[in-house]
Amino acid sequence: MKQSKFLYALIALAMLLAIVPAASAAPNTAVACTDTHTVVAGDTLSLLADKAYGNVKAYWPIMAYTNYANLDDAKKYPNKITNPDVIDVGWVLCIPSQADATAFLAKFDPTKPNVGLLFGTPSSGQLQVGNWWTSGGEFAGINGVYDLYKKAYPGVELIHAGIAGGGGVNFQASNITKLQAGDPFDVFMLHAGKEVIQYDPEKYLTPVEDIVEAGEGSVMPDDLKKLLTYKGHMWTVPLNIHRGNVLWVNKKILADNGLTAPTTFDEFFTVADALKAKGIIPLAMGGANKFEGPQTFEVVLLGTVGPDGMLGLHDGTMKFSDPKVTEALNTYKKMLTYTNQDRDSLSWDQATKLVIEGKAAMNIMGDWADGEFVHAKKTAADYEGIPAPNNKGSFLLVSDGFGFPIKAPNPENARNWLKLITGKEAQEVFNINKGSICSRTDCDYSKFDDYLKSSAADFKVSRVIPIIVHGSAIDPAWKTAFTDIVIKFTADGDVAAAQAALVQAAKDAGVAQ
Amino acid sequence: MTTETALAREATTEVAGRRGYFNWWRILLYAIAIIFTAYYLLPIFLMVLTGLKSYNEINLYEMWSLPRQLSFQSFIDAWVGSPSVAGLGRNFVNSLRVAIPATLISAILGAMNGYVLSKWKFRSADIIFPLLLFGMFIPYQSILIPLVTTLNALRIGGSLEGLTFVHIVYGIPVCALIFRNYYATIPNEMIEAARIDGANFFSIFTRIMLPLSAPGFVVVAIWQFTNIWNDFLFAITVTNNPANQPITVALNNLAGSFTVEWNVQFAAALIAAAPTILLYILLGPFFVRGLMAGSLKG
Amino acid sequence: MKGKGWERWAAVLMVLPSIILIAIFVYGFISWTGYVSLTKWASTAPDYTFVGLANYQRILFGAGIETQRFYIDIRNFVGFTSLFLFSCIVLGFGLALLIDSRIRGESFFRSVFLLPFAISFIVTGVVWRWLLTPGTPELGSTGVNKLFEYIGLGFFKPRWFTDPTVFYIADNTALGGFLNQIGLSFVTNPNWGISVGTFSLVLAATWQLSGYVMALYLAGMRSIPHELREAARVDGANEYQIVRYIYIPLLTPITLSVVIILSSISLKLYDLSVSMTGVGPGFATDTLAFNMFETTFKATRFAQGAAIAVILLVLVSVLIIPYLRYSLRSETTQ
Repeated sequence: MKQSKFLYALIALAMLLAIVPAASAAPNTAVACTDTHTVVAGDTLSLLADKAYGNVKAYWPIMAYTNYANLDDAKKYPNKITNPDVIDVGWVLCIPSQADATAFLAKFDPTKPNVGLLFGTPSSGQLQVGNWWTSGGEFAGINGVYDLYKKAYPGVELIHAGIAGGGGVNFQASNITKLQAGDPFDVFMLHAGKEVIQYDPEKYLTPVEDIVEAGEGSVMPDDLKKLLTYKGHMWTVPLNIHRGNVLWVNKKILADNGLTAPTTFDEFFTVADALKAKGIIPLAMGGANKFEGPQTFEVVLLGTVGPDGMLGLHDGTMKFSDPKVTEALNTYKKMLTYTNQDRDSLSWDQATKLVIEGKAAMNIMGDWADGEFVHAKKTAADYEGIPAPNNKGSFLLVSDGFGFPIKAPNPENARNWLKLITGKEAQEVFNINKGSICSRTDCDYSKFDDYLKSSAADFKVSRVIPIIVHGSAIDPAWKTAFTDIVIKFTADGDVAAAQAALVQAAKDAGVAQ
Repeated sequence: MTTETALAREATTEVAGRRGYFNWWRILLYAIAIIFTAYYLLPIFLMVLTGLKSYNEINLYEMWSLPRQLSFQSFIDAWVGSPSVAGLGRNFVNSLRVAIPATLISAILGAMNGYVLSKWKFRSADIIFPLLLFGMFIPYQSILIPLVTTLNALRIGGSLEGLTFVHIVYGIPVCALIFRNYYATIPNEMIEAARIDGANFFSIFTRIMLPLSAPGFVVVAIWQFTNIWNDFLFAITVTNNPANQPITVALNNLAGSFTVEWNVQFAAALIAAAPTILLYILLGPFFVRGLMAGSLKG
Repeated sequence: MKGKGWERWAAVLMVLPSIILIAIFVYGFISWTGYVSLTKWASTAPDYTFVGLANYQRILFGAGIETQRFYIDIRNFVGFTSLFLFSCIVLGFGLALLIDSRIRGESFFRSVFLLPFAISFIVTGVVWRWLLTPGTPELGSTGVNKLFEYIGLGFFKPRWFTDPTVFYIADNTALGGFLNQIGLSFVTNPNWGISVGTFSLVLAATWQLSGYVMALYLAGMRSIPHELREAARVDGANEYQIVRYIYIPLLTPITLSVVIILSSISLKLYDLSVSMTGVGPGFATDTLAFNMFETTFKATRFAQGAAIAVILLVLVSVLIIPYLRYSLRSETTQ
């Protein structure tokens, strides 16, 4: 039987394939040694330092890195150096790169040797970081923080558990089921604010106010501290601050048409009419990620009811049946007529790209869009990010941070991670890449781009309003309803139905209407 | 068998030719075939085209223009990774490590179940079989939470073994169905004859049924392998360590929540689709033959 | 087959592990979901407080967006499934006939048509999203609309899945007025229509699955005895009559399985629409399965998500159980 012979061959091949790959997974080296040196007779650390860096005194980094390497991979680097004057023939040394050595020496003071720096922290086990940052600037940003962590805790195996897609719902599905099953990530990403409610923090999370206070308490804005607190404890260690209500403007298009960037809704519609008359898309908008329309509406709502009104909507002191809400729905509906027709096929970044490429004039989006402009090598001469119309003086806040499950499998490593991200160094490296400002006020903004400088300055003088559509201001169930209502409204434009649904959603969330 | 088909083919062509619809009718047929070939190949063409471009060339409005220069960088980035994306080489290996054993075990279980359900109907088999079958139609979203809890209780949560196990379990119904229907076509007389020669329950299975099972195995192998390879829902909920994630999850992660490098995305999509496409090209004829051999009805 | 005593036990033992696994992993879990749907669990921590049918009431008869979205999803399911079945069966059958007509390059065409079946829904979704991105009047067409321009069909510029239009019988039409008069006013509502976005999903889903339908029909055609066709020809039947009076009746069981398999796929469908269109404008391409997923894991209303899951299960059962009974009964009568 020809067929069965073929089948057996197939099965054999399949089994072979199943066995082979098991061997091919490459290990991750956490400690970066540019050279591995085996000690021969006559070697001293000074001589080796001289050879590697042209500096006989630069032996400290070799000592420290050899110790790190020993923690990380004791098979390859079986020896520790406890005294820089004593090395033995046959020892295996780790020689760091010139840059790493210089960085080390900058931190290290030989007159008061820091034991932690010289011997590394003898930690081990894993650190599973649950998050949805899997690509682009945010991936680069989190990798920057990982590098810092690996240097400080070389023995720990870092696991980047990134799950993207579905507007975060894929990650949430994994995160929640793991929490319930008692096998959570060591730390997981969440937005500062009411998002934490869904995790039943008192049951599943460890309070982190001690870490936050010790790490950045003295330099953290009070608004953010307030937002982090739920039922008397903080549950999230913040890493950054994003602004959600920014109008991104292609300066050239406006200038070419003799227009200036609008600061009010009236100005916006005047500018938009002028652009539309010339066949230019006034406002680029996405829709594929679900949050674009709702976020734009939230910005319009904030611009219409003002910061006090917005906070009132969050806590029920202002009703969703208010005529101002009707007005906001109408303004948003009118705004939609100035957007690109194909918005539901574009993700937010593709919409931003229309502005970058001069195909559309403006875009209302959070400041994660800044990274897109930077990536496309645009400078302050080409674009600007200003408060959205009628939004001046309000800072719609989104803050990414990490939570700490009670059942974290490696609590010490998790604690170290959380401590690390409160630090200036970690926040700077992360935020420059991600395009956000630090959650601490003392970051060195000279290294940040123009937009972020202006955002940091704006933050200090603005009213801080937590955002709805990214989960800060209201609980997740209400947020989901809010988002869904706007999605439906964006398509059918039925103001009365949308407002009724908004009222109902607030009622369902237990907020009196 | 091969000769027979060839003869049949000749005969039909001859009939067709004699009837004289060779001219316009045939041409029309080919035209239709070619139009549909375009429909089926267009998306794949787009993937290849975009995969061969560099990031700066990716633009919706120039979607159909040819790459300025041929670059395989996207494919390399997709496989090994770059500073802005994680490569999915190891996830490809993970998928193989799940799909191959799960397919093999599913097929063996399916053959066993099919054998009993078609030839050794015990009492209540008529109730058990539909209950078993119903399992293949349930929306898996509805059982995720107890599933993860159970896997953790079994200490295989989060691992490739756990995922393999899940695929085996939820593959039981369809594999049983395919083999049962396939074995139903093997005449009972053959088994009666073997019994007279002294064969028992096990030797009938190993000496008669299994050697005849090749077409059934091919259909099950293709069906299960494709489903497992392409599965996304179980993969994201059961595994979480990226070192353990199958390729669909990694592919989805490339799309990320924010910036998407479409050239890498499409290159990765092609890499992810390659094994199953290859399987179909190699085994396509066996698949149709297997379906023909009775494993499709019901 | 009747065997010796021990053989009957061996037979039972051979299937027992599978039966136990299915009993736990299918029926055990389903019961658990059914139970959860009667509780008020609405955050990560389980809360098994019994609330009766409150969750069902909220979904089916509530005043909020959840109810609206649910009925939109049902509408999408009906619209999508009927169009999808129709196009897959017509295309699958047509292509099978084509291949069966012994054209040259048969195996090439067969492989090409079957190719998309090998690809995951995620990939299909991403590619078709690109293909069906329509572009704008200001900036020009993109995707397939651009291709239409190349071949001189530039006037044809559908907005594909970005079109929020819902076709339905409006009150102010003649038919709508008539329906209102005879007391069917509930039909004259967008929830009884079909969204334009659905067509885009159908196009992609058909691309993916019609090849499989073709393979099923082809297998069926190849097992129709040759003599039957020849006899018909001798009797003077033309090709159309052969298809109409021989193929179609003999292939009915296959059509039935296709209908069942495809509708169960479309009930569970979610990765295609998520990766292709998201939820579409105003939920034009949303699915029950994704709704359930979001309700459970985004809104963390576990009990309500479970209720949607149960409704999904009921819908599947309505479809599947009669079919299983029919096909198993027809088997025993054979």
